[in-house]
Amino acid sequence: MIQVFAFYLFATLCIFSGAVTILARNPVHSVLWLILAFFNAAGLMVLVGAEFIAMLLVIVYVGAVAVLFLFVVMMLDIDFAELRAGFVKNFPLGLALAVVLFVELFVGLIVRGAGSVALGKADGSAAQAADMSNIQAIGALLYSRYLFLFEAAGIVLLVAMIGAIVLTHRQRTDTRGQNVSKQNARRPEEATINLQPEVGKGVQI
Amino acid sequence: MTEFFMGLGLSYEWAWGIATICGILLIAFPLMLGVAMIIYADRKIWAAMALRKGPNVVGPLGLLQSFADGLKVFLQETIIPSAANKGLFLIAPIITFTVALMAWAVIPFNSGAVLANINVGLLYVLAISSLGVYGVVIAGWSSNSKYPFFSAMRASAQMISYEVSIGFILICVVLWAGTFNLNDIVKAQQSHVWIINGFVANPLLFPMWVMFLISGMAETARAPFDLTEAESELVAGYQTEYSSMAFALYWLGEYANVLLMCALNAVLFWGGYLPPLDIPVLYLVPGFVWLLLKILFFFFIFSWVKATVPRYRYDQLMRLGWKIFLPVSLLFVFLVSGYLMATGHFA
Repeated sequence: MIQVFAFYLFATLCIFSGAVTILARNPVHSVLWLILAFFNAAGLMVLVGAEFIAMLLVIVYVGAVAVLFLFVVMMLDIDFAELRAGFVKNFPLGLALAVVLFVELFVGLIVRGAGSVALGKADGSAAQAADMSNIQAIGALLYSRYLFLFEAAGIVLLVAMIGAIVLTHRQRTDTRGQNVSKQNARRPEEATINLQPEVGKGVQI
Repeated sequence: MTEFFMGLGLSYEWAWGIATICGILLIAFPLMLGVAMIIYADRKIWAAMALRKGPNVVGPLGLLQSFADGLKVFLQETIIPSAANKGLFLIAPIITFTVALMAWAVIPFNSGAVLANINVGLLYVLAISSLGVYGVVIAGWSSNSKYPFFSAMRASAQMISYEVSIGFILICVVLWAGTFNLNDIVKAQQSHVWIINGFVANPLLFPMWVMFLISGMAETARAPFDLTEAESELVAGYQTEYSSMAFALYWLGEYANVLLMCALNAVLFWGGYLPPLDIPVLYLVPGFVWLLLKILFFFFIFSWVKATVPRYRYDQLMRLGWKIFLPVSLLFVFLVSGYLMATGHFA
């Protein structure tokens, strides 16, 4: 009973906030609605027992990706007239995309009617439900059966990260940064001198 | 508690619902009271370190100072700047305050005495603490004012930076405990080294605890990392435009977050509700008392640091997070997992 209530609550809010994400005029509002959609999707994941995925969704998408989104969007100078002009220009492209998505959804629904895809083993038998927690089950799969794919994904991410750093890195010569280790290595004896100059005479350093 | 309500003749679902609500109230009300008292304690410690008296007028020894402040703030007018984004401006403090309370759901107060005993407890804490930044960022943007906006920018960069190293530190703990469940993590610390309860006695995990403590200060934007509300540069940071209860919600949420960080220090590294030493006599004291003592001890450290250490410069803060904590914590993930593999911990 309470599960059904929770499911419809999360599902309705998820769809609603997803719709408002694309309908909202203000990009910052859009991002915030998107965050709400992520959150409700995480709630749905918890309901089907995939708590690990749910937490990852919140940590990665809500906690990191959406913050960066917000970071960028907040600094935009919003010009509504220009936004509307862009709408007319990009309308055909958006329509094409919408048609493709709708067809995919439709095909998916028809195929779903023929029976869901059974997760099975290589020899064709049905997979056993794992007798362990979510995290252990995912870990056991990632580090045994899908080890090479997992490593490949890691390498792709590493290359992407190094690429981003190389593209944005620039050596600035016009600024003088602080060299902390050099500062810490400096001792009072070599940095200061103690003198008692005669009256009327200056000090030569 | 569910069984108690089922004993009253309720169905399982109703009993579970009522028990959960009672549990939430049992945590939230003492927490609010604790926050009020801890603000008083913070001011007293700070004053003592500066050779001042601190609050000493309202009530005996000034004990009621926080309540007087609360009442004053409650009676003030809520001012909303005319150029502000009204809805978001009011939602922002609510988000901060709610998020500060949410993470307490998985903190074990005694063996099994936890509101939500979930398998992914530590990930939940990480997920909730990463939400904390939204309250600040939304406040900064919706105020439509220069200084709050700078503060919001600083806050988002700062929290993301330190979350990365906190993640690696937690991985070390999880590797050793073999679980993400906070209750089981506490149990795994029983007589960890000789008769000492707690991962902190472990030479490989002690540096991790020090880094966790410092990262916790940065994550909760406490001094010396309180650049988000650096009054010498940013007036009052993201709180500049706030008044009345909205301001008070930030105040309460901030201290609830600090208490949470103290509780996490205790639970992850100092044995949580277990006594410091694995001696039968010490188990006569309830686990809740041990946890409370540990939280207070860490809060004293937080206050001590606030009273004595000057504020970091922004580039120094980023340097510490990315160039020192990140590589060192990554190195320790290798060391800890390597040690555990070599000694056959996972066998």
